[in-house]
Amino acid sequence: MNARAPASDRSRHRAPGRVALWIACTLLAASLVAGIGVGALRVPPLQALSVLLAKCGLPAPAGFTAQQEAVLLYIRLPRVLVGALVGAALSMSGAALQGLFRNPLVEPGLIGVTAGASLAVAVAIVAGPALALSAFTPILLPVAAFGGALAVTLVVLRLGSAARSTDVALLLLAGIALNALGFAATGLLTFLANDGQLRDLTFWMLGGLGGATWSALCWVGPLLLLPLVLLPRESRGLNVLLLGENEARHLGVPVERLKKRLVALVALGAGAAVSIAGAIGFVGLVVPHIVRLRLGPDHRVLLPVAGVLGAALVVGADLIARTVAAPAELPIGVLTALVGAPFFLWLLLRARARARNP
Amino acid sequence: MIRIRTTSMCLFSLLFAARAHAAGDAAAASESPAPAGERGVASTVDSARIVTLGAPITEIVAALGLGDRIVGVDSTSTYPSELLDRPRVGFYSKVSAEGVLSLAPSLVLADADAGPEVALEQIRAAGTPIVRVDAAVDVAGAQERIRAIASTLDRVAEGDALIAGMCADLAETRALVDSSDATPPRVLFLYARGAGTLHVAGTASTADTMIQLAGATNAVTGFEGFKPLTSECVVSAAPDVVLMLRSSVDSVGGADHVFELPGLAHTPAARSRALVAVDDHLLLGFGPRLGQGALALARALRRLPEPAASSSP
Repeated sequence: MNARAPASDRSRHRAPGRVALWIACTLLAASLVAGIGVGALRVPPLQALSVLLAKCGLPAPAGFTAQQEAVLLYIRLPRVLVGALVGAALSMSGAALQGLFRNPLVEPGLIGVTAGASLAVAVAIVAGPALALSAFTPILLPVAAFGGALAVTLVVLRLGSAARSTDVALLLLAGIALNALGFAATGLLTFLANDGQLRDLTFWMLGGLGGATWSALCWVGPLLLLPLVLLPRESRGLNVLLLGENEARHLGVPVERLKKRLVALVALGAGAAVSIAGAIGFVGLVVPHIVRLRLGPDHRVLLPVAGVLGAALVVGADLIARTVAAPAELPIGVLTALVGAPFFLWLLLRARARARNP
Repeated sequence: MIRIRTTSMCLFSLLFAARAHAAGDAAAASESPAPAGERGVASTVDSARIVTLGAPITEIVAALGLGDRIVGVDSTSTYPSELLDRPRVGFYSKVSAEGVLSLAPSLVLADADAGPEVALEQIRAAGTPIVRVDAAVDVAGAQERIRAIASTLDRVAEGDALIAGMCADLAETRALVDSSDATPPRVLFLYARGAGTLHVAGTASTADTMIQLAGATNAVTGFEGFKPLTSECVVSAAPDVVLMLRSSVDSVGGADHVFELPGLAHTPAARSRALVAVDDHLLLGFGPRLGQGALALARALRRLPEPAASSSP
């Protein structure tokens, strides 16, 4: 839709968007409460509340054990927060990229984020000891993942830039080529890795939110928040871009700058997400789809709702991942797809049925 | 699906972990400096509720007679069978802090490779002591590991008895080997996880150590550790016997299919159908049953047709 829509038109489109945002926020709030309250270790609601109140310096209504406090404050709380930020960043990045490429098959991985992160992590694990990097062990892998994601995405952007403009099709193909290259190089490093390194690598690729601590949140949180704040500001430009690049240019949208800003923000958000949680699939691809199916392509609605819903999905999936097989944990990537895919299919089937008998 | 993944991962580790230890032992020791009282020495640890991370550790605790104190194990711990009903906290190097804590352990006994570090740190921060146990890739290491756990759990006498039993089994194995004048059979250790994932054991591998303890020769000498199988490597190794883990045999569809794997049909072992399958942890666990494993392997190798007879065309 047009960015300068008449007031009546705007209110007509905004109303369902606002309702949807409220629904998504309610879902997120519910998943956050459940995520903090439920886990392998039983912490009754009253005790959980007491732990939180006591931490805030308020009188606690009930006693609790030191173990309950440790689990709640230092394991679950940072984990749930990181999960929400990661989910929001992945989902909103996906929505922005799908708008930029005007292609529903795009997700952050396609512009090289995951391939770059995997390759850099593989290099860090395999060549780390030789390069005397082991001194930086605690932050080595997140930093490598983030740097790799950013570097490969920049190369993709560079390759996709023709003389004066960024060719979206070229960008996509460059992304595919670099993905193939990145994963091939990762494969080569896997072959060179010794047995311990191989295991480290496998576990990194499985992903998960087990590494979410307060200190990790301090490092990665700002990087995840930045795109969450800045991407919605590009929604008008993205809306005009739906008409086509030339049309957008004629309508006065600085298309080139918009593209570069979008790709940079996505690389930042998705790169940070990959660096702390590994490759969590599905969220960046399908959550934006779900929102678009229900609410249409207006990015002013799509971006925030997709972000909130992505956060709710990851927090919810992580909750299931760590409780359903307790005391063991399932890989979260399996769960995001397991929770999200049936819902998505149901939406698709409904949309199809409606198209048949309107 | 989850089950399959866990099993395949635990075998993967069984096979590879030990080699990693060999190289990284010193590193592991320095990267996780255990606070005083955490390693070895009997101390004030309360061992009323133990979570064990690592199959050999579980076996040792059970063999020390403290199996009923184990309240949780990792997914690789499949022996002894009394402990199969214990809650499983996942693969030992991918445990969840809250999962372990939910079992309210008073002590976590963890393999040197257990982790991730973040989770162990969180468990420690919640007030549960963790005792790291060094890896074992040879007889001395296996005995040292028993001694360390026995002293942590204040069962020194029982630990010494276990070690004595292991030594007796090893002595019996040696006697059995010495009593035979036949040339030692050339053994190929084949690790399989389905017909698509095949590895053979070279020198300086856990399997190599066991083959030697059982008085046989590793047919593969060209490289160290485990490498993917190639037909030419197998044919040129010309093994008299193929040694496999029982789960590996199952994974390729049973003993009948082993000699259909690439290259194996053209070995002396194929002609005499000489296949030995041994329980996974018994053969490669380097736990308290190390001596029994060596003895079982030596006996199985002796029951086979004489290598000279089988290699004649």
